[in-house]
Amino acid sequence: MSPKERVILHSDMNNFYASVECLHRPEIRGKAVVVGGDEEARHGIVLAKNYIAKKAGIKTAETLWQARIKCPGLIVVPPNYPLYLRYAKYAREIYECYTDQIEPFGLDEAWLDVSGNDGVMVADEIRQRIKAELGVTVSIGVSYNKIFAKLGSNIKKPDATTLVSRENYQAIAWPLPVGDLLYVGPSTQKKLYWQGVSTIGELAAMPVDCLQRLLGKVGCVLHAFANGLDQSPVARLSQESLIKSIGNSTTTPRDLVCDDDVRILLFVLCESVCARMREQGVLSRTVAITVRDSELFSVDRQAKLKAPSCISGEIADAAMQLFRQHYTWHQPIRSLGVRCTDLVPAGGLQQISFFDDEVNRQRREALERTVDSIRNRFGHSSVQRAAVWADQPLGSINPKGDHVIHPVGYFKDGMKA
Amino acid sequence: MIERQYDHPDKIYVQVEATFYPDGRIEPKSFLWDDGRRFDIDRVTDVRRAASLKAGGIGTRYTCKVLGRTAYLYREEDKWFMERR
Repeated sequence: MSPKERVILHSDMNNFYASVECLHRPEIRGKAVVVGGDEEARHGIVLAKNYIAKKAGIKTAETLWQARIKCPGLIVVPPNYPLYLRYAKYAREIYECYTDQIEPFGLDEAWLDVSGNDGVMVADEIRQRIKAELGVTVSIGVSYNKIFAKLGSNIKKPDATTLVSRENYQAIAWPLPVGDLLYVGPSTQKKLYWQGVSTIGELAAMPVDCLQRLLGKVGCVLHAFANGLDQSPVARLSQESLIKSIGNSTTTPRDLVCDDDVRILLFVLCESVCARMREQGVLSRTVAITVRDSELFSVDRQAKLKAPSCISGEIADAAMQLFRQHYTWHQPIRSLGVRCTDLVPAGGLQQISFFDDEVNRQRREALERTVDSIRNRFGHSSVQRAAVWADQPLGSINPKGDHVIHPVGYFKDGMKA
Repeated sequence: MIERQYDHPDKIYVQVEATFYPDGRIEPKSFLWDDGRRFDIDRVTDVRRAASLKAGGIGTRYTCKVLGRTAYLYREEDKWFMERR
């Protein structure tokens, strides 16, 4: 690689949740282990698996009962998110010794721009340190762009460094299945398959205008990805990175069957979303809901608010209105989500309305801030809306406390072709 | 959510006496083993973050000289643990 070329690492902690559990519980090491969601709350799927469980054919996201059939004697442990967050923080502290340009992708992955250094040497050192200091292993891809670096980290596992350079990318990256590329999901994969494209190399060879006709804007992006032309920088993201939206969703302990059920859950979700907006000092101008029915079919709908808000009553009303407009109860509901987007800073100037009672709005916001501070001191369940008491199992969900960080999209500012 | 703790027979949480220096350094001086005996730490020879495979945990590891032998003392957030030999 020439000295001016970017040197980008993609570090991926191997079987992250499962590895952390195995380190902390010596008694389960050497056995088939999966980290699984709570079956009683109907979250009973495989979140992560170790290599022994993988060998038995267990796949991430399959149900725990399916996994147990494949592998009798399988050990299922519940997730311990605070511990995983601590690991993510420690890993970041190690990365910070090498660069300040670190872009996390979920808890267990990160891109690092270490331009000016020998990428493979830095990668090997990081691997050794993570193994010694955190007791888990990482695979690191080294390349001149983020996409190939990510592909590289996936090639050799566990505890390995893979270089994808301008000299060898055709030999290393092109034979890989096209589904390994970021943004090629099952539906894109199927479309490409019907064009005779099943590897990244075949995708790279396809004329860009054909891809654009086939896939739209994303076609151009994928063409660039496959040819190693991705120029996107490694963002300097702090842990409290620029937030584009704040949302919460939950799979409910039982199916929702009527508007009242939905209202309870919307209140619970909106309170969590609004408390987090207040923590971040932002207001939202758009509310979106996601409804997934018992057949796992899901719909997303969004609407503008009259005024930017972080008042849970207003957000919940808007969400409920959206729900009433767009859901016909053809099926019971399995999971529900609320997301606030179009965020603006809370301290800024605001257009207030002649027709709404602004004083009352300010009082409601102040009231909710008081509730936040009571909950911070005495726990989430110390103050609750009467409505959520109508159904305890639903009302007692604490989405804010149970909230987990998931990867945000690769294009934080939307996709630019 | 609070982090769940795991118990393991080889992971011994111990009571520690330590000196807290103004610059933030912490130097353990003695610890109370689980049979009630107190051991003085003669010298700390190394401090680094490390994983303990034997006890199952990670933390800041203090390499200590105790009665002429080397012992590892781990500070795991605000608790201290040692590995059973």
